[in-house]
Amino acid sequence: MGTFILRRVWVMILTALCLTFIVFFLTNLYPNLEKLAKTQGNVRMSDEQVQTWLETRGYLQPLPVKYGQWLGVLPGWQGVTTDGRAVGQCLEPGRPPEAAPRFCGVLQGDWGNSSVFKEPVWDIVSKRLGLTGKLMFWVMVLMVPSALLLGVLAGMREGSRTDRTLSTFAITTTATPEYVSGVILIAVFASSAVGLKWFKGTATSAMEDATFENFFLPVLTIALYGMGYIARMTRASMAEVMTQQYIRTARLKGVSFPNIVLKHALRNALIAPFTVIMLQFPWLLNGVVIVETLFNYKGFGWTLVQAAGNNDIELLLGVSVVSVFVVLVTQLISDIVYVYLNPRIKVA
Amino acid sequence: MEPLSWGEIVLRILGLLTPVWIGLVATIALSIAFKRRLGLYGKLFDSPIGMVGFGLVMFWVFTAIFGAMDLIVTHDALSQSASMKNEPPGTPYSKLIGDPDPDAYPFYLLGGDNLGRDVFSRVVDGAWIVIQIAPLATLFAFMVGITLGLPAAYYGGRLDTFLSFLANLILAFPVILLFYLLVTPEIVATGIPSYMAAVMFVFPILFATVLLNSRYHTRPSVRTPVLAAVIAVLGWLYLSLISERAGALEVLPSWLDLFDIPGGILVVFVSVVFVNSPTVFRIVRGIAMDIKTRDYVAAAQTRGEGAWYIMLWEILPNARGPLIVDFCLRVGYTTILLGTLGFFGLGLPPESPDWGSTINEGRKLLSIYLHPALPPALALLSLVLGLNLLADGLREESLRD
Amino acid sequence: MTAWDDDGPILEIENLSISFFTRAGEIPAVMDFSCTVRPGEAMGLVGESGCGKSTVALGVMQDLGVNGRIVSGSIRFKGRDLNEMSADELRRIRGREIAMIYQEPMASLNPAMRVGRQLMEVPMIHEGVSEKEARARALEVVADVKLPDPERILRSYPHQLSGGQQQRIVIAMALMAHPSLLILDEPTTALDVTVEAAVVELVKDLGKKYGTSMLFISHNLGLILETCDRICVMYSGEAVETGSIWDVFDRMRHPYTQALFRSIPLPGADKNARPLVAVPGNFPLPHERPPGCNFGPRCDYFVDGRCDGQEIPMVPVAGDDRHESRCVRVDEIDWDAPPEAGARHAATEPGDVVLRMDDLKKYYEVAANSLFGGGESKVIKANESISFEARESETLAIVGESGCGKSTFAKVLLGLETATDGEITLDNRSIGDVPIGRRDTKTVSDVQMVFQNPFDTLNPSMTVGRQIVRALEIFGVGETEAGRRARMLELLDLVKLPREFADRMPRQLSGGQKQRVGIARAFAGGARIVVADEPVSALDVSVQAAVTDLLMELQRTENTTLLFISHDLSIVRYLADRVAVMYLGHIVETGTTEQIFAPPYHPYTEALLSAVPVADTRVQKKSVVLEGDVPSAMDPPPGCPFQTRCRWKHKVPGNRCETELPPYRDLSDGHRSLCWLDDAELAAMEPVIRTAAE
Repeated sequence: MGTFILRRVWVMILTALCLTFIVFFLTNLYPNLEKLAKTQGNVRMSDEQVQTWLETRGYLQPLPVKYGQWLGVLPGWQGVTTDGRAVGQCLEPGRPPEAAPRFCGVLQGDWGNSSVFKEPVWDIVSKRLGLTGKLMFWVMVLMVPSALLLGVLAGMREGSRTDRTLSTFAITTTATPEYVSGVILIAVFASSAVGLKWFKGTATSAMEDATFENFFLPVLTIALYGMGYIARMTRASMAEVMTQQYIRTARLKGVSFPNIVLKHALRNALIAPFTVIMLQFPWLLNGVVIVETLFNYKGFGWTLVQAAGNNDIELLLGVSVVSVFVVLVTQLISDIVYVYLNPRIKVA
Repeated sequence: MEPLSWGEIVLRILGLLTPVWIGLVATIALSIAFKRRLGLYGKLFDSPIGMVGFGLVMFWVFTAIFGAMDLIVTHDALSQSASMKNEPPGTPYSKLIGDPDPDAYPFYLLGGDNLGRDVFSRVVDGAWIVIQIAPLATLFAFMVGITLGLPAAYYGGRLDTFLSFLANLILAFPVILLFYLLVTPEIVATGIPSYMAAVMFVFPILFATVLLNSRYHTRPSVRTPVLAAVIAVLGWLYLSLISERAGALEVLPSWLDLFDIPGGILVVFVSVVFVNSPTVFRIVRGIAMDIKTRDYVAAAQTRGEGAWYIMLWEILPNARGPLIVDFCLRVGYTTILLGTLGFFGLGLPPESPDWGSTINEGRKLLSIYLHPALPPALALLSLVLGLNLLADGLREESLRD
Repeated sequence: MTAWDDDGPILEIENLSISFFTRAGEIPAVMDFSCTVRPGEAMGLVGESGCGKSTVALGVMQDLGVNGRIVSGSIRFKGRDLNEMSADELRRIRGREIAMIYQEPMASLNPAMRVGRQLMEVPMIHEGVSEKEARARALEVVADVKLPDPERILRSYPHQLSGGQQQRIVIAMALMAHPSLLILDEPTTALDVTVEAAVVELVKDLGKKYGTSMLFISHNLGLILETCDRICVMYSGEAVETGSIWDVFDRMRHPYTQALFRSIPLPGADKNARPLVAVPGNFPLPHERPPGCNFGPRCDYFVDGRCDGQEIPMVPVAGDDRHESRCVRVDEIDWDAPPEAGARHAATEPGDVVLRMDDLKKYYEVAANSLFGGGESKVIKANESISFEARESETLAIVGESGCGKSTFAKVLLGLETATDGEITLDNRSIGDVPIGRRDTKTVSDVQMVFQNPFDTLNPSMTVGRQIVRALEIFGVGETEAGRRARMLELLDLVKLPREFADRMPRQLSGGQKQRVGIARAFAGGARIVVADEPVSALDVSVQAAVTDLLMELQRTENTTLLFISHDLSIVRYLADRVAVMYLGHIVETGTTEQIFAPPYHPYTEALLSAVPVADTRVQKKSVVLEGDVPSAMDPPPGCPFQTRCRWKHKVPGNRCETELPPYRDLSDGHRSLCWLDDAELAAMEPVIRTAAE
């Protein structure tokens, strides 16, 4: 088991390095840098001015070097602007340039500063991540149990009326992306046109004080889409397990139907959906971004949109690293728990 | 003129859709009449779920096609009328400046949006965008996934490890982040999407070449002309596709260049293919791993068949069932992705009538006006639902044997 | 329990009919079936696949699924009709009174539940005993089924046990509540012969010990003879003959039973002098059953107007105890007349040596992890020093159980793998280290293969004709497409398939027909060596003879060398000229068929011979039951490969068996054996199979 986890962690680190490099490459393309120079410096800069601006700030070094500096394995860039000011990655206002550390990358905990919010990236990311964590927690609380219940109920008697009804419901929710269900839910429950007005159409106030009224719609919107998918997986898995010979063995041993489902079928049937739930994370992130935009909830997804929309390179990098990291960690956990759930898998 | 009542609106829409109804009835009647001779497609009509799904999908396909042929659309999807801003469904058509064209359709059946454009026409035109891009992008993703998934499964070993690592790499990328990084005007300016397109669109050519060569290499007299013709046609299409006038890749002289795809559309297409391919790769690899242990594969090996013949003619045809099912699901997923792109205003031009963009615009005034956002939302929902039901029906019927 | 007369039958099935209702309409699976099982009696239910024998068992369990329904008749268990019981009453009977054992032991056990839990569940449900008591009971039963270290077994998951151990657990589970009736549905089909023999022995012993009645379902007549007191032969949904084992085996009174016995290779059958008589035609599909007697169209005694006129009832056979037959002509047929002499052939003389293997070795390296760093790799020794030669027109049988390396050796011969060491020479050309991609067309078409599983051997999405034509294309046969098509039709004639089959898809063919197509494909390029990997083991008994026959005939006309890989010694004895017995990668014994089947034996051959069930009442076998399982090829025992299970080991002085690989000794005249036993011990060996005077 130990070597298995080690190997998985090693693959994970390799994946993370590759992914962050790709993100780094895409965000540091010249058109992006040019835009950055113009927004930071002067919109009417000439091409040469842009060049010098970028050069003095180290943006024109070879890509691997810049990546190394950002990562913190190469010494940070230091340069002098045309008007004689010292600039550098590791410099901070109010501290002499000589006192600056040599390395200041992600590994040292220095994620850079957001050019839009004028705040350290790490502060923004951690604060927004907390807000999104709150959202995700409630999504999970709502989604996972109901999806599993739905799937198990539908799958235990394949082809029955319950199965047909629940399956149709599940298919409908998987066919409804968040930007559709969100719009419909707001239209029905929050708009003045219909007039029900049970919930609020925005979740901005939920950032400080989440209540059922302002938080339920965003949670439901994300949960619905994922729920259908997990429920269908569970149903398929359950239906397959119910046709297995060992279920017939149990039946012919005289085990009652509820006990067959609970004792014999459930554990075997939950192995497949479990991995699905974990692998949903990159997907749920989609939902988070859409819902946070739709309901104006300023969490992690909202930050992503802001960073990308405003060419805030450092912030976008930070957001990417965190989301890639979250995805990889959940995959790792899912692998480990899968091994635990499925005694047949031998870990060599 | 009086605004129309809801009943009148419904009747008028049903009437406008007459060509669609005719198409639908004809297709379904023909299919049911010959269902015993149509294989899996025919069996679809034994399953109520599959039939409903098929009906929904075909409804949108016909709507899109007849819409593009200008048989359904009532107004130009892009033209604005200031006096129609946010007007409710059934409002008579009017213009703030000047008189409306006397031949113009006298109503905005589903009302006007925040710029005074006809919602009904935009929904119909939006269908055409989806129906053009989604199946084609999915098809390309399948080409890429199949051409890489089969050898990964068949050879295994380091090739498999490497390709699987790549696939997992892309899968670990949050889709939305990828879109935000890839589908921006800055990236289009660097030409990266064109290069990616150049790489990805090679796969169909490779696929067709290898497919035909492995089959006919024992008969050079058939093989050579067929291959030459196929490569010539596909190659020309390929070069026209990737070559842009005054773009990043200018391979063909413009008199040979058949068509140009706007950079925005191309980048959308490429990123959708890029996001879908690894999943297809995984599915193909999984099925092929299973099939390659069959005796008929061993039989082909013992008579000395080449690896690609075995992959493409012994393994792939027997994987078609699950792949067809996944294709339907994946077209639905691609539709959702296209909507997502539109929703965030990525890639497609802002005035584009695609459903995602329309929903995005409509949602801003959602608490007051429902009619601009709801029709495209329901349209997207019903198309994807139809595809999912169709896939379900196909799966059920193919398992029934 | 309601009053039940202790002497009455345990199970009484009367005129049972079961149908499945599908979209295509009603499909009768069992019709007018009656049988009675008395206390302590073992009833054998025999028939080919699709004859409805398993449906009867599920009918008794009242577990026919959503589509199946009992249409008429009654199933009385201890006097009570199971058809009329409520779900609750049934649940109390299942597992406690009637228990069932199936074919696939792995599939019958819950993979995510410890074995102990699954066993303990039975008494806990039915008798409400405490967990502690249930555990004690489980320990006792696990010891009863002769599993070592019961404590450890109870703590394991099913996948940690071998196939034989799993089946013992399934048996233990069935016996936990001491049921009065045990239904066994092909309980040993998935197991190796030597393991099967041990399990059968166990079932017999336990049946006696617990006084359980048994309903034993099998397609194997030999197995039924060894385990049962009475037998019921089924054909296409009907019972055609029933009676005591002795009556049915020696004085059969139904043409189907007779045809069945004539088509299985019993000792004494010979491919040249006394060939098997194949049953003509095909098993009818459920919706294509003929009027009157179902066996009519395939029957030698068929009389127009009588046999297809009316429904045929079961009639008692005069003079025998409860012996019945479903044949209108039961009293008219001369049952003792010898079968019409099949075409006899002069024995073909083997020609020159075409294939020689010399000290062939094949090792696999299994890496713990292929990428991202090292990890130790393990070596699987699939083949160790394989040496033999095969002559033209000769049939060489390679016998062994699963995992003995017989398939690996076939792969090396065909070029799908290359040899680690040693030589393979085909006509003086060395091909051992030439992979198939680098072999010339001639070599490839010379060495071809017939596969085991008929349902897997043809590509399901290509027509039959297309697949044969493709083989012709690859082998460079024929100049034009039309020429190849003509040749393909000839090949279909050769394997006795109608020419229309060229345009059919494989799913429209029966198993035997598919196997014929596979044979046609193998012979397409004029193959000189054909490797047949268990070509008939997946086919029904009545079809096996026909396909075997076809192989023999093609061999005679084409002078092919046949390498016949099999675990079934009966068929090997029937058709092989020479035999090589393999165990754990080694050839442990080779010789002519007579030498192998008579003492002196290699100890493993002796056990194998004893394990194979023989469907002949005159045959008496010495029982040699092997303990334990075949060791893993990844971790073979030192010394002699067979030493862990050998019953002769103590006769060899010292511990040579455990330390040194025995010499591959020539006993006499090309009969070689891998054993330390000296000549005196070998000479003292008794024959395993004795046939009572004929």
